Amino acid sequence: MINRIELLRLVEKDAKLTSDRIAVMLDSTVEEVEAELKVLCDEKVILGTKTEINWEKTDLESVVAMIEVRITPVRNKGYNHIASFISKYEKVKACYLMSGGFDLMIIYEDKNLKDVSSFVSDRIAPLDGVLSTTTHFVLKKYKDNGILFEDSSNDDRQAIIL
Amino acid sequence: MSMNYESKLSETVKIVPPSAIRRFFDLANEMKGEVISLSIGEPDFVTPWNIREAGINSLVDGYTHYSPNAGYIESRKAITDYIKRRYGVDYNPQGECLVTVGGSEGLDLAARALINPGDEVIIVEPCFVAYKATVLFAHGVPKIISTKQENDFKLMPEELEEAITDKTKYLIMGFPSNPTGAVMTMKELEGIKEVLLRHPDVIVISDELYCELNYTGSNPASLACFEELRDRVIMINGFSKSYAMTGFRIGYVLGPKELIAPMTKIHQYCIMCSPSTSQFAIIEAASNGDEAIAEMREEYNHRRRVLMQGLKDAGLECFTPYGAFYAFPSIKGLGMSSEKFCEKFLMEKHVAIVPGNAFGECGEGHVRISYAASMNDIIEAMKRLDEFVKEIKEGKYDA
Repeated sequence: MINRIELLRLVEKDAKLTSDRIAVMLDSTVEEVEAELKVLCDEKVILGTKTEINWEKTDLESVVAMIEVRITPVRNKGYNHIASFISKYEKVKACYLMSGGFDLMIIYEDKNLKDVSSFVSDRIAPLDGVLSTTTHFVLKKYKDNGILFEDSSNDDRQAIIL
Repeated sequence: MSMNYESKLSETVKIVPPSAIRRFFDLANEMKGEVISLSIGEPDFVTPWNIREAGINSLVDGYTHYSPNAGYIESRKAITDYIKRRYGVDYNPQGECLVTVGGSEGLDLAARALINPGDEVIIVEPCFVAYKATVLFAHGVPKIISTKQENDFKLMPEELEEAITDKTKYLIMGFPSNPTGAVMTMKELEGIKEVLLRHPDVIVISDELYCELNYTGSNPASLACFEELRDRVIMINGFSKSYAMTGFRIGYVLGPKELIAPMTKIHQYCIMCSPSTSQFAIIEAASNGDEAIAEMREEYNHRRRVLMQGLKDAGLECFTPYGAFYAFPSIKGLGMSSEKFCEKFLMEKHVAIVPGNAFGECGEGHVRISYAASMNDIIEAMKRLDEFVKEIKEGKYDA
């Protein structure tokens, strides 16, 4: 019987692991691993696989903004109606309902400040129920999705330790 | 005229060789950086950040002085709470716990506190190299029990019974084992307990540095867990292996106050106290380190299985190790000594592993492979091992 959480932690860390390798690591069989992965995809526990890229090292220009949004919940639909509406935009990378001084946190990525500004003023601010927005721009990424962008660790161990 | 330094040295120091495999060491060190190292007996993980931060904060707060000889009471309390939580055994932080400079200091203290010249000490081999050396430095007489592959390198009760004489001062054993990866369960320790109950004067030094690296799913097992033996066992433990804290040089010994007190006396004169910074770090480790240990253990377990599959694919016989981060496959039948095998493997395939005879004569015919290395390195090394074994079988290398 495969430990689901252990399997998920493995593929979350390295999506390129083959079923053969996973089967060895989990003391299971290839068939069991593939069957479980299929179930996890069908149940939408696994939503997809992506590659983590440090875009700052490429020529592509982009800016990331974190937009705090205060909203009035819609009768019978709560916050979900506006949140799902906003989430449909391709360039909205994440949208979270938050506790505290605002309601939604939107992580938005676009080519430049002007595009971000247009998105906030033309798309978010005019929505019914939106009370206010506050936009913060990311200046530098140090860590994303658990990956350090500048990892200076090296193996300084001696050649042989008994 | 230059002094004849050799004539000035203690005879005791001279009889202890630096290492049985010194030439191989030199070779491996020369090639460091060019080879895949599966020869390292320390974790490849960096110490979890919250533990490092606790050490840093102690410096920021100005804790840069000597601590009490036995260690800060807060550190000892964190240790005894941890032991109660993991082993279910009660120790009093006042008098039954001494914070040491790594587990190695504990081995030395035990030897010097207990051995009179000529006393016999039973050593369960293959084992960590310091066991025999500390006994010799303290003028003791090592009596070796050679564990066997057919017993999965566990200590058998009858082997212990046979080794005990009226000169036996203590038994020293380390499970999970470096170098074999063998573990002993509470059920298996029952048999050892029965023998020890028949010999009430024999003390046990139980090296449990790898206690958290146990892949059976059980809590750590120790002879100290038996109520009848608790006051005859000196548990040597530490943070180096389980918490990836080797460089902090911090460990501890637990036992009855009558045995901890003389060890503390030697520690007081020779060391004064363990490093204060490290003592603060272990408070955090022992109190809030369980999750980090579990993550590292899971990662080691994945590597262990990949390594074992690699050994199987290469056709090397190996009992399944359930502890530490070592496998100890047999190379008997390939017509090479352990040292020759490792030297050739290093030179031809650029992979460093350790000859089994470095851990006692009964390790001959085996090699120690550490999986405290990245998964990619393990996979590549196993590929090269497979090629190497095939080439030996094809007669490419002289024995």
